[in-house]
Amino acid sequence: MRSLLRLWPYVRPVRVRLFSAAFVAVVASCLSLVIPLVLKWMVDGPVADRDPGGVWLGALALLLLGIAEAVLFGFRRWLVARPLAGVEAAMRADLFRHLQRLPVAFHDRWASGQLLSRGTTDLMLLRMFLAFPLTFLLVNGTTLLVGFALLLAQDWTLGLVLLAPVVPLVIACSMFEARYSVVARRSQDQVGDLATVVEESVLGIRVVKGFGRHRSQAEAFRGLAARLRGTELGKARLLGGIWGLITFVPELAIGAALVLGAVQVADGDLSAGTLVAFLSTALALRWPVDSIGFLLAMSQEAATAADRYFEVLDEAPEEDAHAGGGERPPGPRDGLRFSGVVFRYPDAPEGSAPVLDGVDLHVRPGETMALVGGTGSGKTTLTALVPRLYDATAGRITLDGRDVSSLPRERLRAEVAMAFEEPTLFSASVGENVLMGAAEAPGGPAAPPGADAGAADAEARPAPQDALRRALDIAQAGFVDTLPQGADTQVGEQGLSLSGGQRQRLALARAVVGRPRFLVLDDPLSALDVHTEALVESALRRVLADTTALVVAHRPSTVMLADRVALLSGGRIAAVGTHQELLRTHAEYAWLMSGADGAPGRRLTGAPPAAEDAERTAR
Amino acid sequence: MTTQPPMKQAGDGRAAGPSRPDPAPVAAGTAPSPSAEGPAGGPGGRVPPAPAGPGDGDPFDRDALPAPAGATGALLRSLLAPHRARVALTALLLLLQQAAVQAGPLLVAYAIDRGVPAYRAGDLGPLVAVGAGYAVCALAGGVLQYAFIRSSARVNQDALLDLRGRIFRHAQALSVDFHERYTSGRLISRSTTDVESLQELLSEGLQELMAVVLSFVYISAMLLWLDLGLGSVAVASFVPLYLLVRLYRRRAGHVFASRSTAIAAVIVKFAETMNGIRPVRAFRRERANDEAFRVLNRRHERSNGDTLLEMARYVVGSRLVANTAVAAIVLWGAWRVASGTLALGVLAAAVLYLRRLYDPIDRLGMFLNSYESAAASLGKIAGLLAQQPSVPEPVRPRPLPARGSGGPGREVVFERVGFGYRTGGEVLPRFDLRIPAGQTVAVVGSTGAGKSTLAKLLARFYDPSAGRVLLDGTDLRDLAVPELRRGVVMVTQEAFLFSGTVADNIALGRPDAGRAEIEQAAKAIGAHEFIAALPEGYDTDVRKRGGRISAGQRQLVAFARALLADPAVLILDEATSSLDIPGERAVQQAMDTVLRGRTAMVIAHRLSTVEVADRVLVMEAGRIVEDGPPAELIAGPGRFAGLHSAWRESLSG
Repeated sequence: MRSLLRLWPYVRPVRVRLFSAAFVAVVASCLSLVIPLVLKWMVDGPVADRDPGGVWLGALALLLLGIAEAVLFGFRRWLVARPLAGVEAAMRADLFRHLQRLPVAFHDRWASGQLLSRGTTDLMLLRMFLAFPLTFLLVNGTTLLVGFALLLAQDWTLGLVLLAPVVPLVIACSMFEARYSVVARRSQDQVGDLATVVEESVLGIRVVKGFGRHRSQAEAFRGLAARLRGTELGKARLLGGIWGLITFVPELAIGAALVLGAVQVADGDLSAGTLVAFLSTALALRWPVDSIGFLLAMSQEAATAADRYFEVLDEAPEEDAHAGGGERPPGPRDGLRFSGVVFRYPDAPEGSAPVLDGVDLHVRPGETMALVGGTGSGKTTLTALVPRLYDATAGRITLDGRDVSSLPRERLRAEVAMAFEEPTLFSASVGENVLMGAAEAPGGPAAPPGADAGAADAEARPAPQDALRRALDIAQAGFVDTLPQGADTQVGEQGLSLSGGQRQRLALARAVVGRPRFLVLDDPLSALDVHTEALVESALRRVLADTTALVVAHRPSTVMLADRVALLSGGRIAAVGTHQELLRTHAEYAWLMSGADGAPGRRLTGAPPAAEDAERTAR
Repeated sequence: MTTQPPMKQAGDGRAAGPSRPDPAPVAAGTAPSPSAEGPAGGPGGRVPPAPAGPGDGDPFDRDALPAPAGATGALLRSLLAPHRARVALTALLLLLQQAAVQAGPLLVAYAIDRGVPAYRAGDLGPLVAVGAGYAVCALAGGVLQYAFIRSSARVNQDALLDLRGRIFRHAQALSVDFHERYTSGRLISRSTTDVESLQELLSEGLQELMAVVLSFVYISAMLLWLDLGLGSVAVASFVPLYLLVRLYRRRAGHVFASRSTAIAAVIVKFAETMNGIRPVRAFRRERANDEAFRVLNRRHERSNGDTLLEMARYVVGSRLVANTAVAAIVLWGAWRVASGTLALGVLAAAVLYLRRLYDPIDRLGMFLNSYESAAASLGKIAGLLAQQPSVPEPVRPRPLPARGSGGPGREVVFERVGFGYRTGGEVLPRFDLRIPAGQTVAVVGSTGAGKSTLAKLLARFYDPSAGRVLLDGTDLRDLAVPELRRGVVMVTQEAFLFSGTVADNIALGRPDAGRAEIEQAAKAIGAHEFIAALPEGYDTDVRKRGGRISAGQRQLVAFARALLADPAVLILDEATSSLDIPGERAVQQAMDTVLRGRTAMVIAHRLSTVEVADRVLVMEAGRIVEDGPPAELIAGPGRFAGLHSAWRESLSG
C-alpha cells in the first residue's frame, strides 16, 4: 500500500480539486445522516401530535437536504473528472517518455506487452483508485465516525451493540488485504503475459500461417488465459469471503440492536421515533460498511498497479556522464577508433564469455571499413556500441579522438547515422521516415516535405525536399514516386506495407539523408536484388567518399564498398586488410567470402581464427 | 490423379505447359473487382489504392470496422449462452440473497407494530422471532453473498476465456492481407483493454444491474404491499429515472466509442515505439515521439474526462429525482399517520425501504458506465469478429492424393491465375505456370516484379483473384490447413522467433517432433553449433538472459523449422538474405540432401542460389518474361544473362 504514496507528485497539481471534492463528499454524506434526524423529529413531533400541517415543514427540509445532497455529489464528480483524466494521462506520458530513454538492454529484457499493460490497465486502475477508493475511504470513514457518534448520542447501549463487530471486521479485512495483494499482482502479471502472446502471434503471423500453426498458438494462448481465469477465480473466492463476512456481521448487529431497542421502547425507555431514527441511521451506515470490502480490494489492486508502474519508472535511464565534454581536440581528424573494447551483455550470466573481447580497430577519417565475421560473431553488437545503444564493458571508442562515453548521447547520435539490419519504418509518411535521419530534426516532427520553404535555418543545409530527393536517389528508392501519394504516402504499422527491399532502401536513405560524418551500416543491401544493389553501391560510394563508415558485410559485393576489411572472429579483430589481401592470406576470411575450403569445424564461432599467421594489422 | 515423376533434369521445365504470360491478360493497371468469396462488409481487401490520409473513408483508418446490426448484443448472448444453467443459478442466488437482506425493514415494522405491544403484554414470542429471523437473514445474506460472488465469477471468467480465445483464434484465422492493414496495436487493444471493459461489465456491472433490478422489484413490491398509495408514488418515480437512463445512454454511447478509439491509438503508438526502440534511439526520435504521443494521449484524456462528466450529470439527475420522491412519500405518509390513516410502523418501514430503494441508483450509474464502456468495446470486438477471412478454410476439405512413388515432391500448377493487390502496385496479369514435382524453381526480378506475390499465392497467404492454384491437381482452397501445411511451407525473410526456447521455435515446424529430430534439423542446416554454444543450448529462452540471436542465426532457426516440417513444396522468400556465404551454402546443401526431391520455389537476390536451380523464372512487372534452365538463360541474350554477368563481376570485385 505504501507505493500508493508515490502517486503524490502526480496528484499534487490537482490536490486542491481533489481535496475539495473529498470535502464536498464528506459534507454530502453527512447531509444524508441528517435525514434520519429529520425523520425522528417528524415522527416524534407532528406525527405523534397528529399535526398534519407540521409534516410539511419536515418534508420541505427533507427536500432541501435531498437537493443539496444531489448537487454536492454531482459537484464532487465534476471537480475530479478532468483532473483525474489528466493525472492518468500525465502518468502515461511519463511512462512513455521514460521508456523511450531506458537503455536498449532494458527493452531486450521486457516484452512490450508487459510495458503496454502498465501503460493502460494499471494506469486505469490508478485513476479509479484516485476517483473512488481514495475519496470514499475518507468519506466513508468520516461518515462512519459521525454516524457512530450520532448513534452513541441517541442511545449509547444500542450504539455499542452496533460497534461491536468493528474489531473482528478490521482483523478480517487486514488478513484479506494481505492475501488479496498477492493474487492481484499475479493476475496483473498474467494479463501482461497474455498481451505479450497476442502481440507475438500478430507480429509473427506469417510464420504462424506459413506453418499452419494457428491452432497450437491458440492452444498456448488458451493455456495462459485459463491460468488467468484460475487466478481470477481465486480472487473471487477471497472477495466472496470478505463480502460475505461484511454482509453477515453488521446485519447480525443490527438485528440485535433492533430486538434490544424494541424492548427498550416497550419498557418506555426509548421513544419510537428514536428507534426509527436509530435504525435508519444504522441502515444508512450499511453502505459505508459494505463498501469497505471492495474499496480495499480496489486499493490493493491500485497498490499493485503502482508497484508495477514504478518498477519500470525506477529503472535508471541512460545518463550522460557530463555535458560539455566532447569538444573535438585540435589536430587532424582521427576517424573512428576502437581500443581494447570488451562487451558483455549486461544481463549475461556471470562468467560467460564476453561477446567482444578486446576489439582494436581504427577506421581512418573518410575511410570505409567493412566488418566481416561468421554468423553470430558479434558484428551487429559492435556496431551498436558506436551510437551507444549499449555501452562497452571495457575499452574506449573514440570519434575523432573524443571518447563516445564523454559525448552527450544526443550529439553522438546526431553525428553517427545508422541503418539497421531490420529496417523499421514508423507510422508516418515516407518523407518523414527518411527525414528523421536529418541531423537538424532533434525536436518536433521532421518538417513535412513540401513545407520546405520555411527552412529558415541559417546553416547552409539543403532544404528538406532536396535532401530527401538526394537521399532517395542514393538509395535507389525511385519506387517512392509510384506510391499513391509519393513521398507523402503513409507507411509503417498504420500505412502501406512495403516489401523488405523497399523498406531497406528507405532505411538506407534515412541513414544518409543528414550527410552524417560517421555512418554505421548493418548489412544494408541484403534484401536488394543484384541490379539495384549495384546501383545503390555506386551511389553510396560517392557518399562514402568523405564519410567515415563501418559497414557490416556478408558478401563480397558489399565488401566492394569498402576501402579495407576487418575480420571479426572470436570476439576480436583477427585481421585487417583489403579484400584481395585477406582472400589470399586468411583462410577463415576466404571461407566466409567464397565458401572455398569449407572445413566445417571452422564454423564454430568463438573458435580461434584458423590463420593465426595472418598479419594482425588491427591498428 | 496422376503424379508427375520428379523432373530433376534441367530443361524439363520447358515442357511444363504454357508458362508464358497470358497473351490476353487483364489490363495491367486495372484493379480487379473484389473477389467473389468476400461477403459484403468483408475486408474489402482488394480495393484500388485509396488515399491513405487518416480519417477518410477507410474503416481501417478510423478503427471502425463495420459489424452487422445487433452484433454486439448477439455476441454477449452467445458468450453467456453456454453457461445458461450457471447464469440461472447465479441469478437465483442473488434473488435469495436480496430477499434475505431486504427482509430487515419488514422485521423492523413487525418489531415496532407487533413486538413492542406484545412485549408490553408480556409476550416475548414476536420479539424472539424477530431476533431469530434477523440472525437467519444475516447468516443467509452472508453465505449467499459468498456463493453468489463465486458463482458469478465462474460465469464471468468462463465467458471472458471464451471471448479472449475467440478474438485470438479469429485474428489468427484472418488472412495476412488483413493483418497488413489492421495494426498489431489495435489487435492488442481489442484483446486487452476492450476485453477488460467487458470483464468490468460482467464482474461488477451485471451484478450491479441484477442487484438494482431485484431491489427495485422487491422494494416496490414491499412498498405496494405495505401501502398501495405510498408504493405507487415510488413506482411512479421510476418513469423519470428511466428517461434519465435513456438520455445518459444516448449521450454516453458516443463518448465511450470515441474513448475506445482514442486508447487504441495510444496503444498503437506505444507498441510501435517500444518495438522499434533501436531506430528510435539511433535517430533521436524521443522528443518527436513524446510530442506525437502527447497529442494522442491528450485526445484520450479529453474523451476520458467526457465519460466521467457524463456520469456526473447522470448522478445529479437521478439523485434529484430520488430525493424528491423520498420527500414526497414521507410528506404524504407522515400526513396520513398524523391524520390516523396509516400505522407508524408501516411509515417507518416504508421510509427505511425508500432509502434502500434509491441507494442503488449510484450503482445503476456504475452499471451504465461499465455497460456503455463495454458496449463500445464489444462493438469493436464484434467488428473484428465479423471480418471474414479472405482466405477462408474450406467447408468440405478434400485430401491430397497420396504421394506418388516418384518422390516426396508434389506438382504445382497455376491455372489461369491472376491477382490484384490492394496497393495496386503489384498486379499479376493472368498466367499459367506448371512446376513439376521435385523441381527447384528460382524466381528472379526486381523489387515489385511480383515474385513475393507469386510465392504468397502458392503458400495460400492470398487467394488468386482469378484462376486456381493446384497442388497435385487439388485446388489449394479445398485443402484443410493441416493438410495444406504438410504440403506447402514458406520461409520468409523476417524470421520471427516466439518467446520460448530455441527448441520450441524449431518444433513449430512439427510440434510432435522429439528432441533428436529437432537437433538433427538444426545440424542439417548448420545451426547446431551456435545453438549448442548458447547458455542453455536448445533450452535457451530466446527472450531471456543470453538469448540474443542475430538476424542470420534467426534465419537458420527458421530454416531448421522448415526442415523439420518436411513439406512437399518449400517456398523460400528471401530466406537467406541475412546469411553469410557459409550459411547459404549449408542451406543449399540441406536442399540437396534433406530436401532432395521436394518441389521448391526460391526467391533470392543472390544468384548463387539460382545457379543450382533446375529452372529460372525472370519476372518483370508481374509477368514471367524468361523461363528456362539457368545455363540456357545465361547463354542467351536475355535479362537473366545480364543480371548474371553483373553478379559475377560483383563477386570478383
